[in-house]
Amino acid sequence: MKTKETATIISQECLCPGIYSMRMAANIAKTASPGQFISVYSNNGARLLPRPISICETDGSSIRIVYRVAGAGTEEFSHMSEGDRIDILGPNGNGFFKALREEVTSDTKALLIGGGIGIPPMLELAKQLSKKCCVTVVAGYRNAEQTFLIQDLERYGKVYVATDDGSMGYGGTVIDAIRENNITCDLMFACGPKPMLAGVKKLSEDINRPAYVSMEERMACGIGACLGCVCTTTDKDEHSKVNNKRVCVDGPVFAASEVVL
Amino acid sequence: MDMSVNIAGVRLKNPVMTASGTFGSGMEYSEFVDISKLGAIVTKGVSLTPWSGNPTPRIAETYGGMLNAIGLQNPGIDTFIERDLEFLKGYDTKVIVNVCGKSIEEYVGVVERLADTNADMLEINVSCPNVKEGAIAFGQDPKALEKITKEIVKKAKQPVIMKLSPNVTDIALMAKVCEDCGADAVSMINTITGMKIDVNRRTFVLANRTGGLSGPAIRPVAVRMVYQAAHAVKIPIIGMGGITCAEDALEFIMAGAAAVAVGAANFTDPFATQKVISGIEEYMDNNGIDNIGELVGCVG
Repeated sequence: MKTKETATIISQECLCPGIYSMRMAANIAKTASPGQFISVYSNNGARLLPRPISICETDGSSIRIVYRVAGAGTEEFSHMSEGDRIDILGPNGNGFFKALREEVTSDTKALLIGGGIGIPPMLELAKQLSKKCCVTVVAGYRNAEQTFLIQDLERYGKVYVATDDGSMGYGGTVIDAIRENNITCDLMFACGPKPMLAGVKKLSEDINRPAYVSMEERMACGIGACLGCVCTTTDKDEHSKVNNKRVCVDGPVFAASEVVL
Repeated sequence: MDMSVNIAGVRLKNPVMTASGTFGSGMEYSEFVDISKLGAIVTKGVSLTPWSGNPTPRIAETYGGMLNAIGLQNPGIDTFIERDLEFLKGYDTKVIVNVCGKSIEEYVGVVERLADTNADMLEINVSCPNVKEGAIAFGQDPKALEKITKEIVKKAKQPVIMKLSPNVTDIALMAKVCEDCGADAVSMINTITGMKIDVNRRTFVLANRTGGLSGPAIRPVAVRMVYQAAHAVKIPIIGMGGITCAEDALEFIMAGAAAVAVGAANFTDPFATQKVISGIEEYMDNNGIDNIGELVGCVG
């Protein structure tokens, strides 16, 4: 059940240039699961639309989001601090729930792939998966200066780092890093830029292992009404009978095989 | 206190409805809002066959507003009747179905399929700026508007509301054309065609390049157009464009709108419609207004 509420910020810190971590006390935390997101509203009336931000961690009473300052809205959030109030709506989207329930056993070797600001939702997923099975994470960043959440992720599994410029870990893409290190798996979970997700989809086909990808798209309502955030799917979607699933409610997590990347 | 309004013989419990395309058919918002409290729900546009809409990005925020270029994605009239209209039977509100098409035949086809359904009124979308064929092509040329209005009025069983485009030189003329051709009401305004450029990527933000601007940024334009139309026609006007609160809604009513619709504000706050309704009630109470009709066009 989605609700809109005014959350109270517990803490906020800058993890690296342009990347912030905010923890807030919120009722939404009671039902939130990995891969879901919240809509975060601006206090400035000139900014109409909520910002969809993935849930990085949840502990039943608070939610942590890790986000990039990408414009005026996220810039406003980055200036908030302990005790400030912020309007949020959620939990939104399907998350990795279905895959977690149906496809993961104690024998599963799960591979989590995150690129840039797609890394945060991998943390809660790694935490939950590590209780059930073996977790490996491949995290891709621009460079060493722009890395975050590596130590958090290391608590739940082995972490490989890839950077675009080679200043830390493997020099190249996360897909190259997986092939180079001969990382094997039974199941993949990925969140990151579209080219990365396309690479994950191809890898999944090449090694014949299922992958779940979390998609991103510009949204307005965030609850499935406006049809702003669709992605192209291989099958007809249930809502409009075309080939456009709604990222906000049918996703953001999709089986890689059902989306066109 | 009487908040009810009468549009073409259909009684709405209050003058507040949803603007087409911002509320789906109410299913998603029913998690937050009691749909039965709305004066009417205006559905997302429906065409004869399923439409895929435009490529993404379809949405861009602008200062005090937003651009959309959805392109009227919808499941087509068959699914709409079976699923959406069936869902709305469970609520005590009036149902206004927004109709779109690429040709007069397609519009008429949808109108005829709706004849024996629970749709209380039809809103004819001749003003969507985001599709290449149909829609706005009918709403920007008085002769084309005349032709489509006459055809639809001839075939429609329910009262016909023509939804007007602000992307015209003389809005009063367009409203008058609709009235002369037998339309029962007009709704205005649809979005204003706009564009946003991403200076870092040096390209358009929207895949469609242009989109329809809505939100508070367009409200003064919309209020002015409602005022001009109200002085040109006797049929009721449903006013919309950037309404976020009761004060905004009352501006439209005082300019001459018999009813109002809340659009983009639903995205900023799912409870926006309810707040507008209770705010109007409070205003009437504080100012000793017994009937909302007393305020319609009161600025003269």
